[in-house]
Amino acid sequence: MDELILKLKQEVIEQLNLEDITPDDINPDLPLFGEGLGLDSIDALELIVLLEKNYGIKIEDPKDGKKIFHSIRSMAEYITEHKK
Amino acid sequence: MAGAMPPSFIRNNKMERSITSYSLLHDNKVIVNGRIIFYQENIIKFADFLKTVFKQEQLAYPKFYKMDTLSKLGFLAAELVLKEKSIEGYRPEAVGVVLSNSSSSLDTDVAHNETIRDRASYFPSPSVFVYTLPNIVIGEVCIKNKIKGENAFLISETFNGRLLCEYVNELFNNERVEACLCGWVEVMGNSCQAMVALVEKLAPGPDGINGSFKPLLFNEQNLNLLMKHN
Repeated sequence: MDELILKLKQEVIEQLNLEDITPDDINPDLPLFGEGLGLDSIDALELIVLLEKNYGIKIEDPKDGKKIFHSIRSMAEYITEHKK
Repeated sequence: MAGAMPPSFIRNNKMERSITSYSLLHDNKVIVNGRIIFYQENIIKFADFLKTVFKQEQLAYPKFYKMDTLSKLGFLAAELVLKEKSIEGYRPEAVGVVLSNSSSSLDTDVAHNETIRDRASYFPSPSVFVYTLPNIVIGEVCIKNKIKGENAFLISETFNGRLLCEYVNELFNNERVEACLCGWVEVMGNSCQAMVALVEKLAPGPDGINGSFKPLLFNEQNLNLLMKHN
């Protein structure tokens, strides 16, 4: 899980163009939205694309997004459960 | 740094409708109100040039890094103008933005097309797609500076100083604006050019607006001179 969390941090930084932020700056348990990284709705869409492109996971129900993208750890747990 | 003001600008002695601050960005050089504030030889990527200037000027705004190149260019040009001459005294609705270029958002359109042309690897990027309109650059400038006035993005094959001047003057004549950012913001491939000017109707002042920089008359001739100076 730790390996996946680090990989996810790197992918999120690259995909969302988070300049001057390193993986160490991201606490995997803190919320991704609303505080900390300052992500917005377009970033949320980018994360959906990231899951599909990099892990083959398509989110069918948009209502699940809030739970899946709560934090890096929740993303990692969802990927572990659903990766094809 | 060395001054870069060409001698032939028409000064606005009446101080009626003036260019009170301007910026010029072209490939590897940045000029603000006649001063070269950045110059670097051998810049390979224009995106790196914009990022370097952004950091040098300490314009802390994380969203800058998420913008497409056209928005980065226009945003940076506008910020450099407003850093010299604030618009804080105006109502948000009284400030307009009128920009123009030749290639619209084609550079980003091409980038978006790259993400969708292969049906086997069809992953359009939302953050690229949202910039596939040229007027998004105006939105970025307005969001940052809380501007809510009239805006337009004009497309013409080459810089059209007369059209830009007439459009902005109409906004002033109809009392739709009391200040207006206007200019040219063009990006295509690794070629880019920006000229952004702040136009204001000002009361006379003894020493110009910014000490060393004295306002230029806002007219077609001076806009064309600024573009050539770029």
